[in-house]
Amino acid sequence: MGGVSTPHVLLGLLAGGSRHGYELKRAHDERLPRARPLAFGQVYATLGRLERDGLVAAAGQDRAGGPDRTAYALTDQGRDTLDQWLSTVEAPMPYVASTLFTKVVVALLVADVDRARSYLIAQRAAHTARLRELTAVKADSGATLSDVVAADFAIAHLDADLRWLHATLGRVADWHREVHP
Amino acid sequence: MTQLQARGVVRAYGPTPALRGVTLEVAEGEIVAVTGPSGCGKSTLLHCLAGILRPDAGEVTWRGHRIDTWSEAARSRLRRTEFGVLFQFGQLVAELTAAENVALPLLLAGTGRREARTAALTWLERFGVAEVADVRPGEMSGGQQQRCATARALVTEPRVLFADEPTGALDTLTGEQVLTQLVRLAREQRTAVVLVTHEPRIAAYADREIVLRDGLVDHTGLGLDVPLAGGAR
Repeated sequence: MGGVSTPHVLLGLLAGGSRHGYELKRAHDERLPRARPLAFGQVYATLGRLERDGLVAAAGQDRAGGPDRTAYALTDQGRDTLDQWLSTVEAPMPYVASTLFTKVVVALLVADVDRARSYLIAQRAAHTARLRELTAVKADSGATLSDVVAADFAIAHLDADLRWLHATLGRVADWHREVHP
Repeated sequence: MTQLQARGVVRAYGPTPALRGVTLEVAEGEIVAVTGPSGCGKSTLLHCLAGILRPDAGEVTWRGHRIDTWSEAARSRLRRTEFGVLFQFGQLVAELTAAENVALPLLLAGTGRREARTAALTWLERFGVAEVADVRPGEMSGGQQQRCATARALVTEPRVLFADEPTGALDTLTGEQVLTQLVRLAREQRTAVVLVTHEPRIAAYADREIVLRDGLVDHTGLGLDVPLAGGAR
C-alpha cells in the first residue's frame, strides 16, 4: 500500500456509513484538500480490491446499476484492519531517502562542487517559493482548519528541507573533498 | 509607491560595524521580511528605519522627508503617529491592564479615554484575548502578552509596523496564530510591515524578502558565506 494509503483512507471514510464511489471521491478531496485529487477510476479499482479482500461489501445498488451506482459498506474485517492500521506507529524515517539528498550526492559524484551548489541554490529558491504559496493558503481568511492543517504539514517539511539545504550549502565544498580525496 | 527608504545607511557600535551601507525601499502596504544570520545587522536596520537609532551615515526618508536628521522629539512623534513597533517580548507596561496598555498609544495621541478603551477592546477581541482586558501582564501567559503587544502596535492603524522577531518567544502554534492575524489585519488596513526574522517559515508571510549579510544587502538572497562560481555574490 503506497505512501498515502488510499485503501485506508477509503475504509476510514466508510466508517461512518455506506457510501457510493463518487461520494467517497468527494469526501476524500474535501478531507485531504492539498492531496492529489483522487481519480474516479482509482476509487473503483481500490473498492474492487477491498471487496475482493473482504474489507468492504456492496450494500445496495441504484436501479441503473454500474459501479458508480453501488454503495459500499465496511465489513467487520474491514473495521479490524482499519483499527489495526490506526494503532500502528509509522517507522520514523527508516531510510534516509529523498530525491533532494540523492541528487546532491549524484551531482558530487559526476560533476564538480559548483554543480551541486547550483542545484542546492535553485532547489532552495523553489522551496522558498512553495513555502510562501502555502503560507498564503493558510493565512487566507477563508481557510478552513482542513486547509490550515494540510498546509502546516507541507510547511513544516519544506522548512526542514530548507534548513538542510542551507546547512548543506555550507558543507558541500568539504563534502566534495571527502567524495574525491 | 515608496513610503520608506534607506540609502547607504551605515551604523557602528564603537569599532564594530553593524550596517555598512544598506539601501532599500518599502512601498505602501507592503510586507517585507528582513532576514539573515545572527549578527548580520537586521535589528540595527529596523531601529534605524523606525527612527529609534540614528545612522552614522546615509539617509532614511519617510514619504520624501529625511527623518534621520530630525530631533529625538520629532522622531518620537513620528513613531507615535505613523509607526508601530513590536519586539520579541517585554513591552507591556506592568502596572497597566491589557486594555490600558492597548489604549495607551491612542491616549498619547489625544484620543478621549472612552473612545480609546472601546478601540482597545476591539483590538483585543481581534487577537482573541478579550478575556484578559482587565488583567495585568504579570498574570497573562506569554502568548496573551504578545497578542496584547501586537494589538497595541496596530491600534493607531500605523502606516508601518516594525516587528523584530515578534514570535521569537512563542511556541510554534501560538507564534503562527499571532503572525497570521497580524498579517491579515495589516493587509486589511494597508499597514506596511517590516518583519525581522531568521526563520524561513516566518519570512514566508511577507511579499518580499531582503537578506542581509555582514551589514549589507545580500543580492544573492542566500545570506551565506559561500564563494560562488563566477564571483556572483
